[in-house]
Amino acid sequence: MADQTYPIPGTLDIAPSRGARLLEWLHTWVVTVDHKKLGILYIVYALFFLLVAGAEAMAMRIQLAVPNNHFLSPEVFNEFFTMHGTTMVFLVGMTIIFGIGNYLVPLMIGARDMAFPRLNAFSFWMSAFGGLLLYSSFVGGFGLYGVGSAPDVTWWAYAPLTAKAFTPGHNTDYWALSLIVMGFGTLGAAINTLATAFSMRCRGMTLFRMPLFVWLMIVTSGLTLITITPLTAAQVMLIIDRYLGAHFFDAQAGGAPIVWMHFFWIFGHPEVYVLILPAFGIASEVIPVFSRKAIFGYPAMVAASVGIAFVSTTVWAHHMFTVGMTSVGNTFFVLSTMMVGIPTGIKIFNWIATMWGGKIRFATPMLFCTAFLFQFLCAGLTGIMLAIAPWNWQLHNSYFVIAHFHYTLTGSFIFCIFAAFYYWYPKVTGRMLSEKLGKWHFWLFFIGFHLTFDTMHFVGMLGMPRSIYTYEADRGWSTLNFWISMGGLIQGVAVLIFAWNLIHSYLHGQEAGNDPWDAWTLEWSVPSPPPAYNFAEDPVVRSRRPLWDLKHPQDPDWKYER
Amino acid sequence: MQPRRSLPLTRTHALFLALACIHAAPSIAQGALTTPSIWAPASTPANEIYHLSLFVLLVTGAIFAVVGGLLAFVIVKFHARKSDAGHEPAQIYGSTQVELAWTVIPVLIVVVLFLTTARIIFAIQDAPEPKSALDVTVVGHQFWWEFRYPRLGIVTANELHVPVSTQLRPEPTYLRLLSADVDHSFWVPQLGGKTDLIPNHPNQMWIDPQTAGLYLGQCAQFCGIEHAKMLLRVYVDTPDQFDAWVKNQQQPGVEDQSVAAGRHVFEQQACMNCHTIAGTAAKGIFGPDLTHLMSRATIASGAAANTPDNLRAWIRDPDTLKPGALMPAMQLSDQETDEVVAYLTTLH
Repeated sequence: MADQTYPIPGTLDIAPSRGARLLEWLHTWVVTVDHKKLGILYIVYALFFLLVAGAEAMAMRIQLAVPNNHFLSPEVFNEFFTMHGTTMVFLVGMTIIFGIGNYLVPLMIGARDMAFPRLNAFSFWMSAFGGLLLYSSFVGGFGLYGVGSAPDVTWWAYAPLTAKAFTPGHNTDYWALSLIVMGFGTLGAAINTLATAFSMRCRGMTLFRMPLFVWLMIVTSGLTLITITPLTAAQVMLIIDRYLGAHFFDAQAGGAPIVWMHFFWIFGHPEVYVLILPAFGIASEVIPVFSRKAIFGYPAMVAASVGIAFVSTTVWAHHMFTVGMTSVGNTFFVLSTMMVGIPTGIKIFNWIATMWGGKIRFATPMLFCTAFLFQFLCAGLTGIMLAIAPWNWQLHNSYFVIAHFHYTLTGSFIFCIFAAFYYWYPKVTGRMLSEKLGKWHFWLFFIGFHLTFDTMHFVGMLGMPRSIYTYEADRGWSTLNFWISMGGLIQGVAVLIFAWNLIHSYLHGQEAGNDPWDAWTLEWSVPSPPPAYNFAEDPVVRSRRPLWDLKHPQDPDWKYER
Repeated sequence: MQPRRSLPLTRTHALFLALACIHAAPSIAQGALTTPSIWAPASTPANEIYHLSLFVLLVTGAIFAVVGGLLAFVIVKFHARKSDAGHEPAQIYGSTQVELAWTVIPVLIVVVLFLTTARIIFAIQDAPEPKSALDVTVVGHQFWWEFRYPRLGIVTANELHVPVSTQLRPEPTYLRLLSADVDHSFWVPQLGGKTDLIPNHPNQMWIDPQTAGLYLGQCAQFCGIEHAKMLLRVYVDTPDQFDAWVKNQQQPGVEDQSVAAGRHVFEQQACMNCHTIAGTAAKGIFGPDLTHLMSRATIASGAAANTPDNLRAWIRDPDTLKPGALMPAMQLSDQETDEVVAYLTTLH
């Protein structure tokens, strides 16, 4: 009786309205626990904030194009550089690496999904809401008592400027609370990445057969656990100072502003490596494929990455050479900072050796990676200059520092992220990005980048400090600043071309197929875009380049790899 | 304190000087000499840093040439050609010897750079204070500088006067750096590197300028809304000029009966709560000492020239010159404002 069906009169197959279908489609994105969808959410979210923070930068460059300009008020300028820094590091950098990692790590190790899909969704939404909380400060910084006020205490937010006495509104609270919220999201993503890479690998995928990108996501995730923790602790202390009358950083009650600096930079310096290491991973995937050679010195690359992570936790006080440490303290941090140059040097040499003897195809991903190599070399060398403590006493907090870290975060990190877009966009969407628009994007961005940031080195050496909303005409900085601003606008145009390319190619791009680049890692063995289950059957690998082995059965990698 | 010239760098020296000239070219075009360039050192610490930086530029320049050259070579030599389509190049997986080589060489470079740097750190930071040194206490405020000369009994603001220090008559200036509120940083690039002013954390730095003149700088640690206009002027005086300046600063405020009305306003209104004028009832400590206001070329920490018009505008509404400055608009009548300005302009 129970399996008997009763026909219902009438029909149920009413075509859902357009609005209902849209809602249903949105619903699938909100409730998804699929690593690919979450990865795309992370990336779209990061791209949105890349445009926002880029617009803030454009406004600042207009303000600084000529001396004594009145385009932005001091308040707005201070808010914009605080938000530009915070946004770029936390809402763009951190989210985009975990977005790309989310999408690629399971595909690269032959897994069905991340280890903890629900934690994955939780992490994304924590990060997302943290970012929205930060930006809601523009409308609600003073609560009900007045107009909005974004944080304006710089992205390093040195105490005691963040004390209630000096920033009485709620803008600093927005800053601290949103970083705590995003911090939890980031920690979740890092734990998930570690668990996935360590326990979800397919048969034959030993640790030393993982693609370097996965290795670097492991190192980055480990470093994230080390760095986000002190940042969160410091934010909690700050909130307690502000609302519960503690005096951790309150100098007027005997607190120590320097303690904040230590906490912040114990987070802040390794954070740079948290961002740049996945970029290294991207370069280590793109450069071999476009040079048509296996990565040179895989074990050395892994060792150098782990080495960078360890050394990077010992260098934080090189941001503090001017705060009056002892000469011995300064000397220690000179040495530890210079040591970073050794493993990073190894990586640059290995990339060049990978290209050596290859047949290099300069498609857009490779153009970005080649420029990355050049700019990362320069960034490393200016990093050595900044590590020279006495010279740092001159260069610290000048535009030279701005130039240096934009060489790492734009010239290296963002360039690799762009390479990743051109390289993996076909896998994610099934369509190629336009090469023609890609070349325009690359060359405009490259020229604009160098016009802006090369010039910044000089204006910094001529004595221009950072964080100033205007400058005097008699300082000799005017011409240089004008060209810096012009370069900024060129980069802005390039990014708009990139955004157009993303949209246009999604609709009209050339079909990609499974493996448009003739690549070697597992993600290229599945359809583009990959099905929800990723692999129809569990892959088995015998080397670091499973698709090379398939394509060259007479000459497989596993015969030669060490 | 002799400038150390132990780095034999004559040729590269010339090269980098040429480079420095190129950097400075735009500034020269725009009115010369006021650019606070680190390439025009005028004091021993700045000079030592300058010479160290030339050495570091030489080393990093060489690394740049070698590695950048390799990269350029690879790009040109190994880009794919139409003719070799279809064949994969020889696969090379690595080489322990090569890895060792490019590990050991950077280690050696690091050792050299580290030892050179350590020597200069100790030479500058741990230089003992000679008896002949002048002591100045610098107190950073939002958004101005207070200078106190404890042994000379002088208090002034925003424009630091120090004597020239020659080999025959070495008179370095030792600055004790304090903060009244948030973090600031004292930076006059031609005289030395910057040092932060941090509450509850007294710092010290020294300069020994060898050429008389005006040196510009400004606060180099974000300290709030008007950080950009916390400018700094250091006048390096010849011994005679300095003695005359000290003598004048040690006098109480000029008493001129013709401006008694202005003084009356100053003492009756809130002015005296924040400002000191020695010899009067005004003993406030939150704002700059005005005893010798007219001996300074600028007001508002360098934000405006010290003219009666600017003084009037400043007293009426400081936000017009420096939006966010902590001095309130004084709400005086036009007549009172004129009287106060007349009084202030007598304070030489």
